[in-house]
Amino acid sequence: MIPEALDGRRIAITGGTGFLGTALIERLLRSVPGTELVLLVRPGKRSSAAQRARREIFRNDAFDRLRAELGAEAFDEMVERRVQVISGDVGTDGLGLDEAGRAVLAGCDVVVHSAATVAFDSPLDTAVEVNLLGPSRIAQTLRELGATPHLVAVSTCYVAGHRRGAAPEEHVADSPFYVDVDWRAEVEAARRARRDAEAESRRPEALARFRAEARRELGAAGTPALAAKTEQRREAWVRERMVEAGRARAASLGWPDAYAYTKALGERALLEQRGDIPVSIVRPSIIESAWAEPRPGWIRGFRMAEPIIISYARGLLKEFPGVPEGTVDVIPVDLVVAAIIAVAAEGPPAEPAVTQVASGSVNPLRYRQLVDLVREWFTEHPLYDSDGQPIVVPDWSFPGRGRVQRQLERARSTLARAEALLQSLPLRGRQAEWSARLEERREEAERALGYVELYGAYAECEAIYGVDNLLARHERLDPADRDRFCFDPRVVDWPTYVHDIHLPSVVEHARVRTTPGGRTVESRATRLRRQVLSPDRHFAAFDLENTLIASNVVAAYSWLATRRLPREDRLRHVVRTLAEAPSLLALDRRDRSDFLRHFYRRYDKAPVEQLEADAREMFSHLLLAKAFPAAIRRVREHRRLGHRTLLITGALDFAIAPLRPLFDDVVCARLDTRPDGTYRGELTDVPPTGEARATLLAEYAEAHGFDLAEGVAYADSTSDLPMLEAVGFPVAVNPETRLSALARKRGWLVEHFDKAPGVPEPLLPIGPPWGAGGRPSWLTRLLTADVWGGGDRRGRDGRDRDRPALASGPRGGWR
Amino acid sequence: MPRPGFVLDVDRSTPPILFHHGEGFRLEKLPPDRSRVVYPAEPLEPLEDPEGAIRHALENPVGDSPPLRALLRPGMKLTIAFDDVSLPLPPMRRPDVRQRVIEAVLDLAAEAGVDDVHIIAALALHRRMTEAELRHAVGDRVYDAFAPHGLLYNHDAEDPDNLAFLGTTPHGEEVEINKRAAESDLLVYVNINLVSMDGGHKSTATGLASYRSLRHHHNVRTMRHSTSFMDRHSSELHSSNWRMGKVIRDAGVKIFQIETTLNNDTFGATGPLSVLQKREWEWTARDRAAFLAMKAGLDRLPLPARRRIFHSWRAPYGLTSVQAGEVEAVHEITTENVYRQQLVEVEGQTDILTMGLPYICPYNVNSIMNPILVMCLGLGYFFNMYRGRPLVREGGVVIMSHPTTWEFHPVHHPSYIDFFEQVLAETTDPVEIEARYEKQFAEDEWYRHLYRTSYAYHGVHPFYMWYWGCHGLAHAGKVIVVGGDRRAVRRLGFTPASTLQDALEMAEDVVGRDATITHLHNPPLVMADVK
Repeated sequence: MIPEALDGRRIAITGGTGFLGTALIERLLRSVPGTELVLLVRPGKRSSAAQRARREIFRNDAFDRLRAELGAEAFDEMVERRVQVISGDVGTDGLGLDEAGRAVLAGCDVVVHSAATVAFDSPLDTAVEVNLLGPSRIAQTLRELGATPHLVAVSTCYVAGHRRGAAPEEHVADSPFYVDVDWRAEVEAARRARRDAEAESRRPEALARFRAEARRELGAAGTPALAAKTEQRREAWVRERMVEAGRARAASLGWPDAYAYTKALGERALLEQRGDIPVSIVRPSIIESAWAEPRPGWIRGFRMAEPIIISYARGLLKEFPGVPEGTVDVIPVDLVVAAIIAVAAEGPPAEPAVTQVASGSVNPLRYRQLVDLVREWFTEHPLYDSDGQPIVVPDWSFPGRGRVQRQLERARSTLARAEALLQSLPLRGRQAEWSARLEERREEAERALGYVELYGAYAECEAIYGVDNLLARHERLDPADRDRFCFDPRVVDWPTYVHDIHLPSVVEHARVRTTPGGRTVESRATRLRRQVLSPDRHFAAFDLENTLIASNVVAAYSWLATRRLPREDRLRHVVRTLAEAPSLLALDRRDRSDFLRHFYRRYDKAPVEQLEADAREMFSHLLLAKAFPAAIRRVREHRRLGHRTLLITGALDFAIAPLRPLFDDVVCARLDTRPDGTYRGELTDVPPTGEARATLLAEYAEAHGFDLAEGVAYADSTSDLPMLEAVGFPVAVNPETRLSALARKRGWLVEHFDKAPGVPEPLLPIGPPWGAGGRPSWLTRLLTADVWGGGDRRGRDGRDRDRPALASGPRGGWR
Repeated sequence: MPRPGFVLDVDRSTPPILFHHGEGFRLEKLPPDRSRVVYPAEPLEPLEDPEGAIRHALENPVGDSPPLRALLRPGMKLTIAFDDVSLPLPPMRRPDVRQRVIEAVLDLAAEAGVDDVHIIAALALHRRMTEAELRHAVGDRVYDAFAPHGLLYNHDAEDPDNLAFLGTTPHGEEVEINKRAAESDLLVYVNINLVSMDGGHKSTATGLASYRSLRHHHNVRTMRHSTSFMDRHSSELHSSNWRMGKVIRDAGVKIFQIETTLNNDTFGATGPLSVLQKREWEWTARDRAAFLAMKAGLDRLPLPARRRIFHSWRAPYGLTSVQAGEVEAVHEITTENVYRQQLVEVEGQTDILTMGLPYICPYNVNSIMNPILVMCLGLGYFFNMYRGRPLVREGGVVIMSHPTTWEFHPVHHPSYIDFFEQVLAETTDPVEIEARYEKQFAEDEWYRHLYRTSYAYHGVHPFYMWYWGCHGLAHAGKVIVVGGDRRAVRRLGFTPASTLQDALEMAEDVVGRDATITHLHNPPLVMADVK
């Protein structure tokens, strides 16, 4: 009897936070009451091993059943009594144990090693450290401790590699197809590959590339934001290289992926390093949701088959490769757990024994059968799209992997090209969302491609995993245990399993729409808007250009500069500005504040008073005409709600002076003045752009006793990212393509504010002629580099306007 | 001898009738035997020597007033106020009649040695006039002489330092007007009386007033009791203004009122638009071709271009009378002259009133006719072009033809945008609108700022537009807009129809089959004298 055999035993378990580990812990606590458990848990970045265990293991719904049976208090007390958590990491030599931990481990009777990195696309070196070296590190540590507990190592059937036909329960090296490689050399190579990739990624050309990519994504978001993004890019690149290295090395040796490859060598290394520690190897196939324990359908995490199933049900995965008559070797998690417990209960074997827990040889689930079952189920229980319409699942024709891959690759690259094209266009607002939609489609295609690359091999696998040892063990079980700890794969009825157990559970976990009809809950935008306009917010900061008005500093300058120019000079000015536009744009994209400094030089020698007067007219002719009424309404709405409103802009103070009454506070750029009443063309302060805005907001919040997390910020471009990221409620207004994509990913509110419909659109941003339009020019001065010159105060008829009034008439100088 | 206006009974031989339709036109066949068309009179002969007539009026004032010359003396404070850009419609060809009158007044002032003269655009809560508009109204000569010295400017109804409180009427109406005007030794008001609503005490009591003062007559109650506001003696709006006029006079403000009337030569006897002024069955082959060509051309142009073309039209209006002196005496004569041109006798009311709304109303000169202005022009101005009884019977149907695009001028009409997006989205009931929203808009600092420094109508102005139409709104059983933007029309609370035939079918639900139809063939301006 198993409970008796393990009574009083102390069992160490690694990988307790994983799918299999959690199920194992639950089963031991519930069904083998005489055991004590030692959990080796890797501490998290911000949490200790004990915290992680509490949060990630015991709060899992796997324990709901036991907690209900015992009562919450008794459950906690039982966990307290029977479970000990030690901090450790199988990825480091010596398992990262402290002295106390080593002592605890030394006192264990059984060690179940189920920690692994199961992601099929792990970077090579991570997989090597954990999967390859993990088991032998445990053996090594136990040997150092002089302990010889029964080590049950969980591996995988797929260590057998790509092969057709029988794959019996034998050691890796005993297989006739095994290519003998030295695992130590593999470890060394993997570590070297990481060092090489790291070095490669730091080469100047590579860094420049990452920087360029970051800039493409963020635009002129300021140095700190770009630096962070660049480093992120570099790390992602290194990871990709390592994933690729793993895939390539595994393929070269005949394994489907780095996971199987490192697991296989891990078994080799363990057998070599075990010394006199008794070792059992348990090899499950593809572990899926529970058949019966702790409840039918229990599953943890979104695993291998689930994303594929959901993508299929959502109609995204139009095709998936596979051999229809091939076997998909699925095994419910509770059967694997029972097998591990049975192996542990049987005691240490004399020689290392292999037990495979798989269904393929005795109760095969054919690929075609699985697909049919899934399609039947989703035809009866369709998912619904965002309009509440049921989604019809596609018919798979089981093409070859190459064809599907080529199709998807073609789709992906077409979408990527279209996306790049859109991103290079100066789009905003709703148009920018086309690109977001394309990006979504491309990501879907990429994901599908990823699935095909990663998992395609498993659908095509034609190996049949022998389970003679497993069945023999089952035969040896006490009849009572056969019920309680059933691990005979023949009990699984596949139609029942797929229809009634697995798919309902998968759909429940996937958070997809399973009910028809339109939206009954408010849309995300409505909810976000309500949060933004809650009285609890403290302040609202607004960017100006393209957030409140569809204009910019260049247009403002053009307007002001041309207002007092004669017609022929105006034309020349326009031509000159147009010619300069590309270089100005490029400078603006590179660095906003450099651009402003450079551009504002043009105001050198401009008369202060004249500009102030002209700016008042510009307010009506340019700013208001191009304003977004809804945006202005929003500012006022914030004020009505008692939020303090702040305008942050790189525009000049005199240009935006008429906008001041709209806001409580204004931060803008200012020009130095000369004693003679002209501007110097140099800024008095750092212009409020990029990361300066984040600092500014922080200071602003500090000064008014506000919480940045309660702030709202409105901006239109990635160059305002620091400002948006600084507050708790960022709002992207008419975002350009890049910001649109970012806002979507981060779940920010996106507002589309339009110009007033029907607004007359001037072709060129130049001021209307001073004085009434349509009359011959009255200023005869030729255009010089200095457009500001001296203001000519004479009227068009050449009469001096300041001529004193006639004594004999009204003061205006009538007659 | 110009022919008077008349009412045409539509029969099977009547050609399709012209409907103005924003920046375009429609030709509509009216159902025979139950439809009639009210045609305006042909333009009266203008005065041959307008300048002479003006000088004559200044020398020979009516009512209890000495000639202007006798009122002018050196050292005095003289203020000349004039009607703003909302008059006349469309703007008239140069020289504008205001320019002629102001120049004549200034000549007399110069002769008399008056050197403290201010010239003020009496725009009440309308938008400020631009330099170009001021130049057009008063002429370059006046503008160049006064504007650069800050002596020619727009009235500011929100400038607390430049308003004078003059007292309260027996009805409790506060009277507050432009301080400079109130404190001048003489206020000369230069008016253009395009319709009978204009002029009289309303010139000063409204044109130079503040919001505090205006709200006493610009409200739902007053407008519902003005039946119609085109008929002074049945208009609560005017009664209130006349009461205020008395307070102004009693406060010692001396007003020399100069009122002018124009004929209705809106589109000219020759030229591209002259066909609009002719009766359809008298169109020559040439007129027909010209009209079809114009329509075809316009239909191919984008809306902004069409708008530009129409708004550049300057009407060849002719001066038909000018009278000066004491306000009430002057206004009596003025009104007679307006009626002489515009009044047409109509026998009995109608079940369905149709009207084609043109591209312009008093509040979108050089601007955009937004949906709220469409409502105001139709149910406010056109509906009220009656004396006696409304043209349409109570509970009858009003059918207006206008594109009613969802468009707004962002500079001129900022509060309209918010009114349309926020207020009308909630309710179209004038009483509720007045009670719930007026104060908030009227006292809004941002609108105030825009009114004072930019070229925006006052924040409360869209409310006045809505009140202007509230008599028509309460009177009509149903309002249908033909050829309008459906969303915008529904927002106004009206029913959209794609064709006049559809609209007439819809009207049947309210007024039954075989209902009588009357089309107000306006502009050129016509006012129905309903017997």
